[in-house]
Amino acid sequence: MEIESGKLLKNTKTLKSKLGEFFSLVPLLGWLLGALIAVMFEYYLGDPLADVLGLPKIPVLFGFVIMLKKPLLIPSAICFVLLIYALPIAAVARLSASLTNRLAAKLFKLPILISIVIHLGLLYAILHLWSDISAYRVLTLKLTMIAIMVTLSLNVINGYMGEFSCSHPAFMALGAYAASVFTVVFFVNDKLFGTALLPAALGPFMFPIALVSGGLVAALGALAIAIPSFRTRGDYLAIISLAFMFIVKSLIENLEILGGPRGLSNQPDYANLPTVFLWTVACIWIINNFVRSTMGKALNAVRDDEIAANAMTVDTRHTKIVAFLFAAFWAGVAGGLFAHVLRYVNPGTFGLQKLAEVLAMVYFGGLNSVYGSIVGAVSLSMLSEFLRPLEIFKWIIIPLLLILVMIYRPTGLIAFKEFDVKKLIKPKQ
Amino acid sequence: MPLLRVEKMSHDFGGLRAVNNYDLEIEAGQIRGLIGPNGAGKTTIFNLITGIYKPTEGDIYLGGKRITGLQPHRIASMGLGRTFQNLQLWRHMTVLEHVKMARYSKISYGLIGAFFGTPKRHREEAEIEEKAYALLKIVGVDQLADQVVTNLPYGDQRRVEIARALAIEPKVLFLDEPTAGMNPEELIQMMEIIRLVHRELGLAIFLIEHRLKMVMELCDVIQTLDFGRIIAEGTPEEIQNDTKVIDAYLGKEVVF
Repeated sequence: MEIESGKLLKNTKTLKSKLGEFFSLVPLLGWLLGALIAVMFEYYLGDPLADVLGLPKIPVLFGFVIMLKKPLLIPSAICFVLLIYALPIAAVARLSASLTNRLAAKLFKLPILISIVIHLGLLYAILHLWSDISAYRVLTLKLTMIAIMVTLSLNVINGYMGEFSCSHPAFMALGAYAASVFTVVFFVNDKLFGTALLPAALGPFMFPIALVSGGLVAALGALAIAIPSFRTRGDYLAIISLAFMFIVKSLIENLEILGGPRGLSNQPDYANLPTVFLWTVACIWIINNFVRSTMGKALNAVRDDEIAANAMTVDTRHTKIVAFLFAAFWAGVAGGLFAHVLRYVNPGTFGLQKLAEVLAMVYFGGLNSVYGSIVGAVSLSMLSEFLRPLEIFKWIIIPLLLILVMIYRPTGLIAFKEFDVKKLIKPKQ
Repeated sequence: MPLLRVEKMSHDFGGLRAVNNYDLEIEAGQIRGLIGPNGAGKTTIFNLITGIYKPTEGDIYLGGKRITGLQPHRIASMGLGRTFQNLQLWRHMTVLEHVKMARYSKISYGLIGAFFGTPKRHREEAEIEEKAYALLKIVGVDQLADQVVTNLPYGDQRRVEIARALAIEPKVLFLDEPTAGMNPEELIQMMEIIRLVHRELGLAIFLIEHRLKMVMELCDVIQTLDFGRIIAEGTPEEIQNDTKVIDAYLGKEVVF
């Protein structure tokens, strides 16, 4: 019996490594092509296939929700996912490998920017087609991308710099309210703020300015934390930033001009999918640029040994403050997008629960890693949507998962890994 | 004019006078040694001059400029490189990143370059990298450039620390027990490196060391410290024959 199970284990292991080998030749371009074809399949054949399999409609998030709601439909849902996603992606990616490798090699010779734009274009096409099926998918996708921005920016402080900051919900709130006030005052006829000051047609063009000003307000708030808490190392930042979060929340709750605890609504519908996608890409690109430069690496030096960093000409205090403001800026931008995606904000959103969510994403995904933040944000936001039918039990399963990750991988799933775009898009043959 | 001058420097830890009326003058290109029993205040003197502690009294001048009380990074970028007694490396960073980091104050691409990856930044990073490789070659660890520093054997970590200190283009290099915990073979290699660095780069070197043989061989002038106060200063021969030094190290002979 034992020998047999050992054999089985060995067999599955070799199968796994063989599978890995089989697919190792597929470049990123191949996977994108496979995914594009899969979502096209779903777009055109999804409804009839769902009908045949006895599903009420196309499973909205890879069948997870329907499996939990109606366990009898589990086989059909699995069939659907296999037929629509797994098989086409695997087949197309592997069969087209030689073609996509040649294409990738050609792209690789072009300036890197063109190559990146083509890959991103493909990615956007996939996301657009996938989310076209239902409004729920669009919303989930937008919120996931915003979660990526927030997680990545918090990783700059908690991962790269090794401090512990708790004020990201507050930065999001500052950004959300600042951007909302900007757009509502200028482009909307509102009960609170009166008639629009500028023609509404200008709005979408001014939206980036609204987001950036939201980010700047958040950075200004961050300065109030940074000046007292970066004199020394230690737990000061955690305490001061936590206090700051509560201050901002109750400040907004008590400002009647901003709607108080009822919140602020009537934001114009500017945050469509391409806008959110572009801002997320910009955020990842700029943060990744920063953390890979010698100036950004100074954060790691400060984290690992501040005295040595100082003795090696690094202005540690300045470095820490700049990084903190930078991270707050992106949290503010993400907050602005968040407000315009939901078209309603209230101060209750930016409390302890948000903080727990963001911290979980950072530590689940992995410290000091852009990959980690993307993986953490995507997996936890998706997971919390998948498990929605379980209602309250969701909040038992997700923390349990977190505890398991902390036990087996204390720094997170993908920690301390550099995000090298060149390596990512290079041909595999 | 001496390159580095310390005048009547004293430092108190609470009620304890750790350093008392300390004077120092280092000329360009000189190798100086600082010896003394454990707890004599040698590392405290390093920390005072490099700005980690602020002296209670006294003044420090580097190249004619007063540096007393300046931040350590300011003092370092004015040309004072150092290593640490208990290796202080950044445990998640590679060897190459260590050496590049010490060029921080000389980076001119600024935040714009760091955020947007401008051509200027790529040019400058490439330059820094080239210089870093040259320094790693001098200390003999260039083939380990992409390793994370904690994977290196102890002796190589010491070399990385020296290369890192050299990357700030110092006029004076402070070495705090560079051979602590090394075997005799590594010790000889380290002495070679110190000689090479001194010859090739024409640096002044200030050395704390416990192994008297090494200090005697390398240094032009040696200071001996006991209880925070200089008890003897002179050439290796003078120090070797100084009764106060012998007393401090071996204790007074007691006649019953």
